[in-house]
Formats: sequence, structure tokens, C-alpha cells
Amino acid sequence: MRPGAVIVAMVLLVAGTAPVRGEDSCVQCHKELPDPLGAPVAGMQRDVHATVGLSCADCHGGDPKDPGMSAMDAAKGFVGKPERGRIPEFCGRCHADEGYMRRFNPRLPVDQLATYWTSVHGQRLRQGDTAVATCVSCHGVHGILPASDASSPVYKMNVPETCGRCHADAQYMAAYHIPTNQLAQYQRSIHGQTLLVGRDPAAPACNDCHGNHGAFPPGARSVAAVCGQCHAFNKDLFLASPHHAAFDRLGLPECVTCHGNHLVVQTSDEMLGVGATAVCVSCHAPGSAGYAAAERMRLAVDRLKDAVAAAERTVARAAAAGMEVSDAEAALQSAREDLVKTRTQVHAFDPASLVKMADAGVQTATAAAHAGEEALVELRNRRWMALIPLSLIALVGALLYLKVRELS
Amino acid sequence: MTAAIGAWLDDRLRVRAVRDFLAHKLVPVERSIWYYFGGVSLFLFGVQVATGILLLLYYRPAPDSAFESVRFIMGHVRFGWLVRSVHAWAANLMIAGVFTHFFSVFFLKAYRPPREVTWLTGCGLLGCTLAFGFSGYLLPWNQLAFFATKVGTDIVGEVPVVGPALRFVLRGGENVGGATLTRFFGFHVALLPLATTLLLLVHLALVQLHGMSEPQGGRRRPVRHMPFYPHFVLREALVWLAVLGVLVVLATFFPWELGEKADPFASAPSGIRPEWYFTFMSQTFKYVPARLFGLEGEQVAILGFAAIFALLVLVPFLDRRAARGEPSPLVTAGGVLLLGFMVVMTLLAYLKPY
Repeated sequence: MRPGAVIVAMVLLVAGTAPVRGEDSCVQCHKELPDPLGAPVAGMQRDVHATVGLSCADCHGGDPKDPGMSAMDAAKGFVGKPERGRIPEFCGRCHADEGYMRRFNPRLPVDQLATYWTSVHGQRLRQGDTAVATCVSCHGVHGILPASDASSPVYKMNVPETCGRCHADAQYMAAYHIPTNQLAQYQRSIHGQTLLVGRDPAAPACNDCHGNHGAFPPGARSVAAVCGQCHAFNKDLFLASPHHAAFDRLGLPECVTCHGNHLVVQTSDEMLGVGATAVCVSCHAPGSAGYAAAERMRLAVDRLKDAVAAAERTVARAAAAGMEVSDAEAALQSAREDLVKTRTQVHAFDPASLVKMADAGVQTATAAAHAGEEALVELRNRRWMALIPLSLIALVGALLYLKVRELS
Repeated sequence: MTAAIGAWLDDRLRVRAVRDFLAHKLVPVERSIWYYFGGVSLFLFGVQVATGILLLLYYRPAPDSAFESVRFIMGHVRFGWLVRSVHAWAANLMIAGVFTHFFSVFFLKAYRPPREVTWLTGCGLLGCTLAFGFSGYLLPWNQLAFFATKVGTDIVGEVPVVGPALRFVLRGGENVGGATLTRFFGFHVALLPLATTLLLLVHLALVQLHGMSEPQGGRRRPVRHMPFYPHFVLREALVWLAVLGVLVVLATFFPWELGEKADPFASAPSGIRPEWYFTFMSQTFKYVPARLFGLEGEQVAILGFAAIFALLVLVPFLDRRAARGEPSPLVTAGGVLLLGFMVVMTLLAYLKPY
């Protein structure tokens, strides 16, 4: 017997057993049915819609009070399972209705449907491609959880895997001629490592750069705006730098040109300068002004980095010896901040301003090291000075001892 | 001239009576090393009073200024580092000295009649010393002290019936905060010094009244004595000098660190434990089952410690054999067990903290 025939037989069997009047007839019947017809009942137990009091009929129509098969009569508003291409509008009946949504969650946006139509997914769906992602592809169906629930496929930590279900599937994506290594690259990137390994929700997932309902690849000219959502200073410096106009002219994708996109690795000073690992030399040839500028900026950063490291060693030695070095530590912290600012200043691609900032940092670091040195000198002096009272104590002690011996 | 001044003083202060008293006062020679720890504790108390008064000149007992004022003392006040470091080290040495004195008196059975009240005042002084340590530890308002106080007062809160009220009084509220700091400061610089001074005066007066206790067994063979003055006094002075030397070395070569300022909203630092003299208790709590005899495990442990302390306080009245001058091996064995337990638990706290 074919599976379809079994299901029909089960439906007829259940239809013959009248549900208890007054209870939801959809649940009463479907809970007795094998999957896939029975699955929605189990899934709905945790569904966010069920938790606010919505039931099957609120989405699928019909009359849940009718215990018979007539509950699923089109005349009673029954719409059944929507076609895949109609799912966004099916969900949007409520989720785009501000007045209706206010009854349940006034803070939830109601622009998901509108933004979905601006996404690549939505645009392709309108062109008749029903293989693209719709609401249920990411949120699931019958068992939909709020995005704040760690079990939800759209919970921040789960978003990369959710997008990757399609985008990392080479067979599924073959028709679209786009890469399928984004997930693998993201997982190795500093963003992926911070979010997935470090469990730091401040790190971006796919939707933070591409958008969620309006998912779209950022164009070359809007990359800085996307990255600048978090890296605001870097963006401002870049947009005011000579690289901005040059990159736009050459059609280079701004930040991505040096840092990559999905495989954004942990930045290091090695990216700057004219060494083998420096990104500057991929465009600037030896002898060019850009090459010289890159070399000069790297030297300045290294100078400050070395000064901070030297100060850290000195201050740490003094602190480990129990000396009070809070002033030195405050200066050191200021020098560390100067180093962060100097590294950020690289994005202005202006050697003069960077060198000035680095030199100020070197001065601060030197002051911190000096304070640490002073503490160490003070420690040595204290130890030498302690010999005076100790000698006196030893002398008086010796005299006392002689006197005690004499008395004994 | 000297004789005239002496006579003038004697007329007014009865100096001769004191001199005569000291000239005739005798101290047993046997096991005399244990007789010095009372004096050492007294000397360290004096050091604490002197350095404490100096610290008071700059210390500010408020959450937003306590840490900063101690840092100022250590970094900017001339010899402030020395005063603070000596105060911190002397506190620890004093607690060690008081414990040594306590157990030496216990094992020598020096609590025998007529020295029961001397023993009771000594127990009071031990309590005051530990309270000094507990209250003083919080005053620099650093991270370790803050959380140690939180844990310590939490344990007090576990005392059956009166615990929660006692914890509220100690903290000055539900949580450790500014109110806790100011009242700990009050305990440390007013209440405890007053109580300690009164107890100390009675304790010292009784020591002079009854003289030094002679070791048990003295009746079987004659006990040798030495004059209190100058023989014992000079020896005591030698020990005090040695302790002073140790203090100078510790304070100079191992300055007492200040750590980081307390942050009530931070999570407790890892490896947090109370000061070494309380670790035997905190370590015991780790081994006590969650429920015991229908009570919380910690409550049972607290009641156990309270019972042991009560037995120790009352030992002059319980140890009837010692009162008759006979050996009391059972009491000695109990003391050895207790001391062994304290040492093992303290070692475990440092060797196996988790």
C-alpha cells in the first residue's frame, strides 16, 4: 500500500471518531495522525504563536469548533497549507498588520514582508523562483520560536548555520552560480570565531551585514557603510581618506579589498607596511609614494608598540615587587589607548597624522616606563635603607644577648 | 640629684613599691620559650596601635575614597608604604602570636586555678584579635577583601536563629556596601580597641597578681626560677627586637599589596579564600554534606565550631584533673586533635583549593 493511501485511510479513521465537543477539532484529529499530518500538533506546543493563544485556524482558517471534516470547508475560511510561493504573504497577513500585531507584541516590526520583497530572495520569488528562502526556510514552521530563544534557527549564534543550510549546499546553489564557501570562511573568520567559539553576541552574524528579511549583498560602494555600523571610526577615517575615491574609481569593494569579506581574519600589524604579509604591497609597488607611506606608517606603529611593551615589562616588575604603581599603570593604559588609536588612524592613510599620534603615544609610554623605573629604584633604596634599622636592631640585640648571658 | 628625683617620684607615684614588686617577681625557667608569646602579642598590639593611628591620619572610610586613600598612603605619603606594610604584616604576626600563646597556655594547663579568669579574658582577647583581623581586612576596600567579607558575613548568616539578624547588623543592610565599610571601620578603630584594652588591663593585672603559671609536674621536682627583672625582661626585650627585625624585613622586602579596587558588580575573583586564620573553617564547610541531622550542613559546622570554642573557653572548669594538679591526657589529646585538624584544613585550603 502506498503511503498516501495510508494517510487517507488514517484521516478517514480519525474522522470516524468524533472529537470531544468544545475542544480544538484540528488538534483533536491531527494529534492522532502519523507525520507529516500529526507533526504540527507536536511542534505547536512550543510555538510562539501558541504561547500567545493563537491556534491552527488563526493561520489556516476553518472552524475548530466543528468536530467533523466540514471544519476544513473553504466556506468556513479554510485555506489549508499555502503554496511555497505564497508563504510570505500568508505570514504577512498578520505580520504586516500593525493594528493586529499590537495586540501581541507592539515592539515587533511589521515591515518584514515589505523588506522581504526588496531582498534577493523576494525579488527572485516574484520572478517565479520558488526555491529561494521564504519565511519558513529560516524560522521553521509549527514550532516557530522567538529569535531570542537559543533553540531558534534565527537565534544569533544559529544564524550562520541557518543561512548555510542553503548557501553552503553546492548542489542546491548550483543554479545560482554563486560561491558556497561563505559559511566555511565565516566560521574561520574573526567574526565567526568570536560569535561561535567565543559566544560573544556582539560579533556579527550573516544578517548583521546582509540584512535579514531584506537580505542583499552590499555593493562595492556601500561596504564601508556596512562595516561602519560597528567599526565607526575606521569608516569615517576611510571615507575621508584618499583611498575612498581611488577605490570607487577602480571599483574596489572598500574595506573588503584589504580585509576580505566572509573570511575577515584577525587584523595585525603585519597587514601594514611593505613586508611579505602586508596588504599595501598588493597595490603599491616599490618606489611609489604609497609604498613609502606604508613603510613609514608601519615603522611608527612598531615604534609605539615596542615602547608600550617595554613600559609594560617595567611596570609589571615593579607591581610584582609589591610597589604602588597606579600612576604608572594609568599612564600605561593611556599609551595602550594611543596604540589602539594609532592603529585605527591607519585607515586615514595619512602618514603625517599617524606619526604624530604614534609619537605622542611613545611619549606617554616612556613616561609610564619612567614611573615604573622610579618605583624599582625606590624599592632598591628601601631595601638598602632597611639595613640601617636592621643593623641597629642587631647591635642592640647583641648587647642585650651579652647582658642576658652575663646575668645567667 | 638622682636620689632626690627618685624620692620625689616615689612620694607621688610609689615607684619603690613597683620596683620592689618587680625585684621579687619570679618566672619559671623550664619551657620558658612559651612564656614569651604573650609578650610578643602585646608588643605587636602596640605596633598595631601606633601604625593604626598613623594610618588614621590619611585613611577615609567610604567606598569611593577608602581604596584611593590607602593608595595615596602607599604612593605619596612619606614612609606611608612602610606604615601600611608594617600594619598589615604585624596584624598577621599578632594573630599567629596570639594563637601560639593560646595553645601554649592550653597545653601547659596554665588555666588551672586560680587562673580561670585570666584564661577567660585571654579567650576574649583571642576573639577580639580575630575580629580585628576580619574588620581590618575590608578597610582597604579592594576586590579580594570585598568578596572575602561577603563570604564571611554569609557564613555568619547561616548561624541558626540569630544568623540573618547578625548578618544584617554586620553588613548594615542586606548587602556588603558602604554601610558595611563604615561600621567595620567603627569596630576596628573604636569598639575593638576599647574592648581589647579593657580585657588586656584585666589580663595583665591578673598575670601580675597570680604570677607566671608553673608547668605541671613541678611538684615532683623543684622548679627553677629566674627574676622577672631584669632577667626575663631583658630576654623578652631580645625577642621583641627579633620580632621587630622580622617585621622590618617583611615590610621592606615583601610590601603588602593593595590589589584592585572593589567592584560590587564584578564576579567574585577566582581562588577566593578568607585570610589564612579563617581558612580552616571555610575549608571545613567544603567537606560538610549539604544536609546533616535535618539542618543545613554549614549550620551544623558552625554549631560544631561554636561548641568547640565553648569547650575551650570552659576548659578550666571542665578539666578537673588539671585543677587537682594531675595530668589530664584526655584534654591534651583533644587539644592535639583540634590543632591537627586546624593545621590540616589550613594546608588543604592552600594545597587543594578546589
